Amino acid sequence: MVRMAKTRLGVNFSPLKLEGQTLKRHRDEVLRLTRETGHYAGLKHLELKESDPILYNKMFSRLRAGVVHARETAKRIAASPIVEQEGELCFTLYNPAGDSLMTSTGIIIHVGTMGAAIKYMIENGWEENPGIRPGDIFTNNDCMLGNVHPCDVHTIVPIFWEDQLVGWVGGVTHVIDTGALGPGSMTMGPVQRFGDGYQITCRKTGENDRPLRDWLHESQRSIRTTRYWLLDERTRIAGCHMIRDLVLDLIREVGIDNYMRFAYEIVEDGRRSLIRRIKSMTVPGKYRAVAFVDVGYKHPDVQVPPYAKVDTIMHAPHEITIHPDGTWKLDFDGSSRWGWHSFNAQPVSFTSGIWVMMTQTLIPTELVNDGAYYATQFRLPKGTWQNPDDRRTAHSYAWHFLVSAWSAIWRSLSTAYFARGYLEEVNAGNANTSNWLQGGGFNQYDEIHAVNSFEAASEGTGAGAVKDGLDHAAAIWNPEGDMGDMEIWELAEPLIYLGRNVKANTGGYGKYRGGCGYETLRMVYNAKDWTMFFMGNGYMVSDWGLMGGYPSAAGYRFEAHGTDLKERIEKGLPLPLGPDADPDHPEYEKLMKARTIKRDKQTMTTETIFENYDLYLNYLRGGPGFGDPIERDPAKIEADLNGGYLLPRYAEKVYGAVIYQDEQGRWHVDREATEKRRAEIRKERIARGKPTREWMKEERERILRKEASVQVRHMFATSFQLSPRFLEEFKRFWDLPEDWSLTEEELEVPTFGAKHRMSVEQLPDVKRLVLVEE
Amino acid sequence: MAYDRKKIEELIDGTIDWETLHRMLSEPKDPERFRLYLEILQERVPWEDRIILPYQYHLYVVQKKDTKEWVIKCDCGHEFCDYRDNWKLHALIYVRDTEESLNEIYPKLMAPDPNWQVFREYYCPGCGTLLEVEAPTPWYPVIHNWEPDIETFYREWLGQPVPERAEPVRK
Repeated sequence: MVRMAKTRLGVNFSPLKLEGQTLKRHRDEVLRLTRETGHYAGLKHLELKESDPILYNKMFSRLRAGVVHARETAKRIAASPIVEQEGELCFTLYNPAGDSLMTSTGIIIHVGTMGAAIKYMIENGWEENPGIRPGDIFTNNDCMLGNVHPCDVHTIVPIFWEDQLVGWVGGVTHVIDTGALGPGSMTMGPVQRFGDGYQITCRKTGENDRPLRDWLHESQRSIRTTRYWLLDERTRIAGCHMIRDLVLDLIREVGIDNYMRFAYEIVEDGRRSLIRRIKSMTVPGKYRAVAFVDVGYKHPDVQVPPYAKVDTIMHAPHEITIHPDGTWKLDFDGSSRWGWHSFNAQPVSFTSGIWVMMTQTLIPTELVNDGAYYATQFRLPKGTWQNPDDRRTAHSYAWHFLVSAWSAIWRSLSTAYFARGYLEEVNAGNANTSNWLQGGGFNQYDEIHAVNSFEAASEGTGAGAVKDGLDHAAAIWNPEGDMGDMEIWELAEPLIYLGRNVKANTGGYGKYRGGCGYETLRMVYNAKDWTMFFMGNGYMVSDWGLMGGYPSAAGYRFEAHGTDLKERIEKGLPLPLGPDADPDHPEYEKLMKARTIKRDKQTMTTETIFENYDLYLNYLRGGPGFGDPIERDPAKIEADLNGGYLLPRYAEKVYGAVIYQDEQGRWHVDREATEKRRAEIRKERIARGKPTREWMKEERERILRKEASVQVRHMFATSFQLSPRFLEEFKRFWDLPEDWSLTEEELEVPTFGAKHRMSVEQLPDVKRLVLVEE
Repeated sequence: MAYDRKKIEELIDGTIDWETLHRMLSEPKDPERFRLYLEILQERVPWEDRIILPYQYHLYVVQKKDTKEWVIKCDCGHEFCDYRDNWKLHALIYVRDTEESLNEIYPKLMAPDPNWQVFREYYCPGCGTLLEVEAPTPWYPVIHNWEPDIETFYREWLGQPVPERAEPVRK
């Protein structure tokens, strides 16, 4: 047994007897030594791992298996299909300082968000008031502490060995409703926190392992779907208690000294692991990419306060620097300002979410913990959408911006993988994980209800450098993609399926195409006082293709109200069924009459009344493509055409394929004619292309004339205001006069938030947790 | 683990079997990959300049045989620029900024709205290959995607001598 309760450097690796500010002093010491030595908690040597590697790995395996087991068992307690079907939960184990040791599978973004909640309690004196005792249960979903959005509810349980703290365990589920302005857990419509839903700030909600009665009563009154809420809470508590028992069993077996040593060494191990992976898979240097997503709030179907009725664009440029020592810096300077919508994010959700992505590429191992955070420098300037400097911001659909911003990171990393020959790792990006079908009212069981269809957990994935992306497969925020069974959704939602089909042309074209998304046509049935809304990208695509591939398709909405479907069903007449195959030539409208049909690119709407027999098309997006499309193998084009993944005219226009149908209607590609056509396309490109620098002169003139839509200028104006560096680089690139500028005031749109802001640390007795360079 | 040359060729060609591909994804990386990869790529290009680093699909940082300058070069033989410069500024560009031109790529409702976003297609002036599609807002600067630190990569990460490099001759 290794006995080393205290290192020479001073971090106390013993369990903590809480008295006064013990935890705060402990965390300060961990951070100080990390800063001074470059190693987590000053651990230059992993003494336990080096002296007894078998014990170390045994502990790791026991704990890792235990947290995964707890997740798999606990999720069966839930009734919500979001948790039970889609697996939108995870459990994470922390050391006393709030740094994670390991996490289960699932929505592992919360490896950081729950840690941030623990650190907030430490920094703000929870130890003294309300006190941290054995058997306590804390609940948190506060976005201002770093939570992604209010529907991710955390249960946090301290773990005591006898009367001393040895760590924490956190469990999170994505609940179906949080009592926001509109029904559904990620509602459209809130423009401030106060409409975002019920938010709880690390509140003690249980003692002696039982939830407190006042908490149960209050929380049920604050949300719509009470049964799901209560069962989700039991899920989280059960999982946390299973993991607590596991830790205590392990301590009995290996001894408290070994456990405590392990609880810190594993974090340093995680830090070193990321560095090793960076060095083995990438190339040092600077990488740059950018992502955008549309915010079309001026439309009449978005009912928000007048100051929020602004069309704008989210801007997320990044510069990644991979240093010679294998650490890296991710700098998002130039990002646009937070806004009056619910797509803002917090630094912890931004940084922690990146680890979800990295487990799918750079660190696809079980060793995912806060060590990776300590090997990374993040720079998220204050005031940007990733780091709002106002305590009013709404966050209920933070993912909208997050998944879009991360898509660009794939391109930077993939550039490095491609250079080193690790082609198997190249990925053009990830889909915007929408549309989100949400809404509520009275359901088929005559209960107050809210829906949030997690069909969005299956989007097309990005193309690789050796193969197509996967069709209708996964979402970036949960690597375990699953669209869920139609029958389960029909039990949970008063919406009948009239179709569930591949959505043709949604994957970005390329030598290897992005995975296609899919679409489901839902008919409202047996609902009362029912509303729904749309949420996703429409005017823009949020990913780009890679190395010659195209971005995926943008979204659109289709909804039909006041239909004659009831009569048609009674008479046995044909109905709109299956896909909206070619939106340039719509078919649904030929098979029904409707009072109102909305078929447009306004993919964000607030609540709209839906009557029974109204229709809603849920369109899930595709992923971006890789490589020049005219290099695509004709056999793959044939498979796409015959499988319904590609509309024939785009096989000709984009892939340069010469195609024909046989007598059975199967498509074929004429290889020889295609080769000739592709040679012509190359010549046509050279003929129509112009030298980039010549085109730049024309674009420069448009900039000097300030010729661009309001949303484009608004995006630039907010980025310029926050980043003088971005403004200077912009002016230098376009060779603009020294006095050129662009401000929001020129745009004649509301400018609430441009000047007057107040952040949370200005509240009395609040210490904000700062985990990134600002 | 190491993979034989044939497997890496199949990887480059996109014909590799799933079992091997899965192993490549799930197991620690094979450090000799880079050397093998360069050898195969070098054999396949029709010119004799030494490939220093694959820059992206179809483009390479090469050491020019005669002058030892490092430039970005297409596999068709077209030379773009110094390896530190943004090759896109030396390419041909075609911008899709109208509904009509975007509708050639996607159905109208599935294409971006040109008031929000445009497609910029960059072609090689030598062979007409589509090398990159940018999808930014109007006005957006042309992005310089990558500035590799090749010296550090060779010297410190690969443990190999840095290939000779001459500064470009001012013309």
